[in-house]
Amino acid sequence: MRIPRPGYLARKLAGVAATLFAVITFNFLLFRILPGDPIRLLARAGNLSPEAIDRLRQAFGLDQSLPVQYVLYLRNLATGELGTSLTYRRPVVQILAERMENTLILLAAATVIVVVLGVLFGVIAAARRGTRLDSGTVLTSLIFWSLPTFWVGLIFVFLLGVYFPAFPISGMTTPGATYATPFDAFWDVGRHLVLPTLTLALVDVGQFILITRSSLVDVLTEDYMLTAKAKGLSRRRVIWRHGVPNAMLPIVTATALYVSLIVGGTIQVETVFSYPGMGRLMYDAVLRRDYPVLEASFLLFAIVVIFANFASDLLYRVLDPRVRNA
Amino acid sequence: MTAVTFGAGGRLGRVGASFRANWSLLWADRLGRAGLLLLAIVFFAALLGPILLPFDPTAVGHSAADLLQPPSATAWLGTDEMGRQVIWETIAGARTSLVVGLVATAISMVVGTFIGLTAGYSRGTMGEGLMRVTDFFLVIPTLPLTIVLAALLGQSLGIIILVIGLTSWPATARIVRSQVLSLRERQFIVRIQSLGATDLRTVGIHILPNVLPLVFANTVLVIAGSILAEATLAFLGLGDPANVSWGTMLHFAFQSGAAGRGAWWYIIPPGLGIVVTVLAFTLVGHSLDRILNPRLRNR
Repeated sequence: MRIPRPGYLARKLAGVAATLFAVITFNFLLFRILPGDPIRLLARAGNLSPEAIDRLRQAFGLDQSLPVQYVLYLRNLATGELGTSLTYRRPVVQILAERMENTLILLAAATVIVVVLGVLFGVIAAARRGTRLDSGTVLTSLIFWSLPTFWVGLIFVFLLGVYFPAFPISGMTTPGATYATPFDAFWDVGRHLVLPTLTLALVDVGQFILITRSSLVDVLTEDYMLTAKAKGLSRRRVIWRHGVPNAMLPIVTATALYVSLIVGGTIQVETVFSYPGMGRLMYDAVLRRDYPVLEASFLLFAIVVIFANFASDLLYRVLDPRVRNA
Repeated sequence: MTAVTFGAGGRLGRVGASFRANWSLLWADRLGRAGLLLLAIVFFAALLGPILLPFDPTAVGHSAADLLQPPSATAWLGTDEMGRQVIWETIAGARTSLVVGLVATAISMVVGTFIGLTAGYSRGTMGEGLMRVTDFFLVIPTLPLTIVLAALLGQSLGIIILVIGLTSWPATARIVRSQVLSLRERQFIVRIQSLGATDLRTVGIHILPNVLPLVFANTVLVIAGSILAEATLAFLGLGDPANVSWGTMLHFAFQSGAAGRGAWWYIIPPGLGIVVTVLAFTLVGHSLDRILNPRLRNR
């Protein structure tokens, strides 16, 4: 496995930088051009005196022209100045820093489950194409795909909250808990993660199974699969050693859709289970019309997706010998 | 397999003929047929439900004894935290879901097809630029974007439809473009062009009909996605407060803590409504995709 040449990496990084710049500009335009006077929103009251409005305008640089505002905005971003939350009365950057980690833990846990189960069931279905097991897997995946994430969460809250309280249904830690050892703390967080992760994985695994299956079905019709079979290799070896690696490419390409999907899922799951992450933060910001938080969390979600796509591009490069040296 | 969907010289008449052939293929497919039957139920509820059962879904209860009550002889599916009957709300919700799903998808299809056709047919910077824009919107995570747009623009049904429609077109544009790119080089298109057909005529009469079947399969899947998007936005508190939808029902159920209080009758019906509707469109779209996409045929 060779490492991508620096020329390729530089080009990709330039692409990421361009997309980042576009997202930042888009974010700026979204929150300044769309209807809704930011000062009114800031004050959250319609009956400000004209002098007070003027003072606020000056304080926030809104009396400047749009290009000047844009430069100010870029400079603030570069110094990590994202404004102050209207509800928490604290710098948005601080709040985001606390919440980001929790969301990344949840995303990572769910992604591991989705990838492992998705590839496993996708391969099983493709290997037994046309059988009952195959059509059953496809139908189940389609049903999972059709489930609204937040509803699955509500069902879990209902089942575990009322009938079998096996796992906590809210938060990330037990309120007021003191831990004797770090292991206890780890255990407590782990137990709180079970339901959000399960909900997220359950809904998003369906699409992964379908993509894996159709990609492997494609590969299985290739001539080299027949060659592998003719060499006398076992069925398992033919599929896992010769089929699956070749089927991985379309799966890696589908990462963009997957990341967008799971980011949307996180917002719903964190809302239902009161999990203190970016998603819950965004939900609260919508309910309280906390625009600085809303703006910053949208930007951060977009950046997460851009970097996930960059990672998948690099992975694609490593996996596919044909593009590796191009 | 007799359906001709990508035949040379595809004209609208041929699309009609192949549509009938594909229809019988769809009915022959077990998942497709299941989807069509589920769709019939949902459309029946949406169109005839409010006529056959003329009850006001917004009528609230009169006393505390009417609030969040389990199913009974008078309230077949129980009542919500305001004393409204869950069964009437659920039936009324079908209409909202279908309207949002269909109109938002129509917007998405028109925009996506137009951009895909233009990007695929015009060589040079124009096509390149349009594709860059498409890729950009493909990268932006959809739910956060719709949340921000709905929060900024307001919460009427029209705005929600517009927001969903204008955020779901990039996938369609990509599908259409890749199809146009290969059609553009085909013999019959090159001949038509050398006979002096204008670009507008070439695209409108010769390329578009050949792209439509794939757009159609994609459309059905986009409807499913749009219905899910509406339900999710409404659940997050961005629904139209003046309209009953399955998403707003679940929003109020969540806000009133119905799940923790064991009010299953308030959680299950609207959620099941979403699942059945979305699944119906997904099943139809999935089997249409297999029928219309020649690469996937006979799988």
